[in-house]
Amino acid sequence: MIISVASGKGGTGKTTVAVNLALSLDRVQFLDCDVEEPNAHIFLKPVIREQEKAYIPVPEIDESKCLYCGRCAAVCAYRAIAVLPPQEDRKGSSLIFSHLCHGCGACSALCPEGAIKEVPRDIGVVETGHCGDMEFVHGRLKIGEAMAPPLIRQVKKHVDPVRTVIIDAPPGTSCPVVASVKDSDFCILVTEPTPFGLHDLKLAVETIRVLGIPFGVVVNRADLGDKNTDAYCQQEHIPVFLRIPFKKEIAVAYSRGEPMVKAFPRAKKDFQELFREADRRHQR
Amino acid sequence: MKQIVVISGKGGTGKTVLTGAFAALAGGGAAVGKIVLADCDVDAADLHLLLQPKIKERYDFQSGFSAVLDRKACQRCGRCVAACRFGAISENFEIDPVSCEGCGFCSHVCPAGAITMEEQLAGEWFISDTRFGPMVHARLGIAQENSGKLVALVRKKAAELSEKNGCDGVIVDGAPGIGCPVIASLSGIDGAVVVTEPTLSGLHDASRVIEVAQHFQVPSQLVINKYDLNPQMSGKIEAYCRDNGIELIGKIRFDKAVVKAMVAGRTIMEGGDSAVQRDVRRIWERLRF
Repeated sequence: MIISVASGKGGTGKTTVAVNLALSLDRVQFLDCDVEEPNAHIFLKPVIREQEKAYIPVPEIDESKCLYCGRCAAVCAYRAIAVLPPQEDRKGSSLIFSHLCHGCGACSALCPEGAIKEVPRDIGVVETGHCGDMEFVHGRLKIGEAMAPPLIRQVKKHVDPVRTVIIDAPPGTSCPVVASVKDSDFCILVTEPTPFGLHDLKLAVETIRVLGIPFGVVVNRADLGDKNTDAYCQQEHIPVFLRIPFKKEIAVAYSRGEPMVKAFPRAKKDFQELFREADRRHQR
Repeated sequence: MKQIVVISGKGGTGKTVLTGAFAALAGGGAAVGKIVLADCDVDAADLHLLLQPKIKERYDFQSGFSAVLDRKACQRCGRCVAACRFGAISENFEIDPVSCEGCGFCSHVCPAGAITMEEQLAGEWFISDTRFGPMVHARLGIAQENSGKLVALVRKKAAELSEKNGCDGVIVDGAPGIGCPVIASLSGIDGAVVVTEPTLSGLHDASRVIEVAQHFQVPSQLVINKYDLNPQMSGKIEAYCRDNGIELIGKIRFDKAVVKAMVAGRTIMEGGDSAVQRDVRRIWERLRF
């Protein structure tokens, strides 16, 4: 079973829930798909065994074969190629903006002269390792790199279906979230009961509904804020699985990179119950 | 005209709360309308919850394409399935619009011309009035792409509005992370205020987003929010700033009044006189940009 943990608003406790859930179960594989700002390793302190670079294929034009027909530039939906046809006084030229390229492969396949080959462009790294018997995988997007989804897909290639897979997703509702959460069996949405938390929870709910994934909610810092989040969940028939109170000791343990279930071992059974609820609803 | 952005790397450290406070400081009282506000966290925009903008103009954001198959014309040859690298076309020739990246490769290889690329309504954007001045904001459609393009559009409109009205500048609320919406919010900006919290995650993420700012040659200044939740970790962040030549311009204490203000739909600078307000005022005075 693949469980993803997402949120809409950032900083509500996705990583806290994902990490503590993982530490409360057996035979887990943990995938940190928040490749822009991965944090799970701070808490899990995995031993990294392997590091692989992640690439997207980008075009390279062989000028000796290119006739500057402009077909590649015409088919590129991302305007990553510009071609200037030859004039009387100068030869043609082409220019590739590889940071705009999504690696779809249309230009190289459709070039009538076979003048385009694809070369890898490095966008970050995927690291795999373990902490105890838990398998660990995360991606780290390269600084200055705009596109997270190809790296997220690379992280997800490591999914091991015989294990309980826990995915820590990035915040938001756009393409990096979709790439992370897609194909999960269940999604846990973490929120806080504030106007910001509720507003972004509603957006996250809409996103998960579009993807057709069953989901439930965890309310973090449950005693800071107002009652509107509970009212919303009730009205929408969204199950609330767990409420984590605001406690200074929890915040301090978090700030040091110490998982809650290590600081408060009794919390483990709450996370085991959270898993059972998710599993029960996924089985339905 | 100056433009500043508030970013954080890690989400939930207080970007929007601080942006709201800056709005009140720059556009409060007699200064109403001196600045333009821009919410560039387009996939989870929250600034409007503090500023209650009155929407004056509303526009569609058309961006990107999605493949649409004409089932009658389809000969089920499978070339589109083979071409698509995003797994968006199933073996039964169903196109998943969420997976489709709009590249159009499928439409070019289809011998029957059965696939057309349709432009997407990817969101909406607005020009509004707030009690502190005009605001440009947006809403990205659910599960949509191109948040970077929408951010760039919001930035452009906010800058134009500022020029037109002779304002002092634009205050931009940024997105979490370091990817395309953040990069779009840094382009052509005069300075970035990076808000972090005294946690290992907060420091890790702030240092990554500061590197991104440096990569694009944007000067940044750091703020530690809720610094007293872990004074020791705040000390580590201060040491990080000293070691890396990053200017720490202030610390804000933890106060439940911040959540109360949010619940009431106010910025923290409105109403009463509190220690948090003094913390923020000091930061505002030390902004270099």
